[in-house]
Amino acid sequence: MAKVLVVTSGKGGVGKTTSTAALGAALAQMGQRVVVIDFDVGLRNLDLVLGAERRVVFDLINVVQGVAKLQQALIRDKRLENLWLLPASQTRDKDALTEEGISRVIAELRTRFDWILCDSPAGIERGAMLAMRFADAAVIVTNPEVSSVRDSDRIIGMLDSKTVKAERGEMVEKHILITRYDPARAARGEMLSIDDILEILATPLLGIIPESQDVLKASNVGSPVTLHNADSAPARAYTDAVSRLLGDSVAMTVPMERRGFMSRLLGRKAA
Amino acid sequence: MNAVTPPTRQLVRMRGRSYVAFVFSPVVPVAGWLEEVDATLARSPGFFVGKPVVLDLSALELSSSGITHLVSSLEQRNIRVLGLEGVDETHVTTSMPPLLTGGRNTMLAQNEPKETRETREAAKEALKAKAKPASLLIETPVRSGQSVVFTEGDITVLGSVGSGAEIVAGGSIHVYGTLRGRAMAGIEGNASARIFCQKIEAELLAIDGFYQTAEDIDDNLRHRPAQAWLAGDVMRIEPLN
Repeated sequence: MAKVLVVTSGKGGVGKTTSTAALGAALAQMGQRVVVIDFDVGLRNLDLVLGAERRVVFDLINVVQGVAKLQQALIRDKRLENLWLLPASQTRDKDALTEEGISRVIAELRTRFDWILCDSPAGIERGAMLAMRFADAAVIVTNPEVSSVRDSDRIIGMLDSKTVKAERGEMVEKHILITRYDPARAARGEMLSIDDILEILATPLLGIIPESQDVLKASNVGSPVTLHNADSAPARAYTDAVSRLLGDSVAMTVPMERRGFMSRLLGRKAA
Repeated sequence: MNAVTPPTRQLVRMRGRSYVAFVFSPVVPVAGWLEEVDATLARSPGFFVGKPVVLDLSALELSSSGITHLVSSLEQRNIRVLGLEGVDETHVTTSMPPLLTGGRNTMLAQNEPKETRETREAAKEALKAKAKPASLLIETPVRSGQSVVFTEGDITVLGSVGSGAEIVAGGSIHVYGTLRGRAMAGIEGNASARIFCQKIEAELLAIDGFYQTAEDIDDNLRHRPAQAWLAGDVMRIEPLN
């Protein structure tokens, strides 16, 4: 039974695309058949994060408009044979997407994949609405700061009213994924605490991804962080999150950087 | 050649149909009962005009001539009798209205002569107004960007009201959670409306047009259960308990 999962946030720059790539790769690593769709028409990025930018021929718009077949637009990941990408168009804008066309594409993907991950654009306009429209589940990516949390609250409200599932009177399954979490700054009270975020959003937590250089490093080489350095703290956090998505209960911890022997000895500079 | 068309047989089609009729149940003395009918007619002449009437004679023991006399007295008053009920079959002659059986009671209102479409709609409206509850209960959190408007009465929210959300009520507002958004009570000129919340972090509170923004709300109240009400032109916010 295929599951359509939208990765969304409202606010930009919180890590939707990074998270889509990391979750998609982790699901594929666990043997699931996964397709990730870039809904950010005009500002596509998912192809870069997955390192597939040089192989894009056809895109989502072409498929929606019937110019290309789905088969022609899907790009298979070179490292994970279970992971596919349906890229966005960089030259068109979001008005080229139609609900009817998206519905058709998603229905076709449902027959071929276990997971359909929709990488939503920022904002609450057409692109974001269509990305969530057919979702069965949603991952709401939130940073530990007030503006991101408020935007997430807004998006949750829309997931509960603007999706096909909501209109049928059913509930979209919702998960909060907190990214760019810095335990040290949180301890100093410079960030919203996890408890505060969850109290405001009243939605279950899927995982906490620590702020880490590894995320940027992985993006720069066009690799999902779960694939690039599976042992890094963010990769382990994403893998835990995926286990929870698949129904395993994994204790909620904030993975820390594993420090080498020397850095453990000489890790802290005396003041 | 004789072009004789075979005689087509006309089918007799019969259908059942039911009608609503007034049932008159005369009582002894019949003369007195007729006076009552006359009084009714005096008050609203034409009340029975064009309305089918059935005579239920079970309370009387009348002979054939008695029944004929009663029917004709009614006809003199412009009341046409459609059928008889509660009479022994042997007393019914062919000149009398037919004997009916199997009648069922129904609401007389359906056949009220004054009833028009307007009155029926007005009645429906009145029924709707009566059925409409004077409060609105919301069992989920109200999210940022959502606006709940209920001008007819109170709003109760079982959950939090997010920052950037809005609750607008004709009556009072009750929030069993944190109120982070805006709450506007008594918007249709109800100065006695109040706002109650489990935890106050509101962006704006308003009652009957008088408002306070987050800046005006005393910091000591923050994160506490509180209520707001109007004392004249001044909004008062005080902790509960």
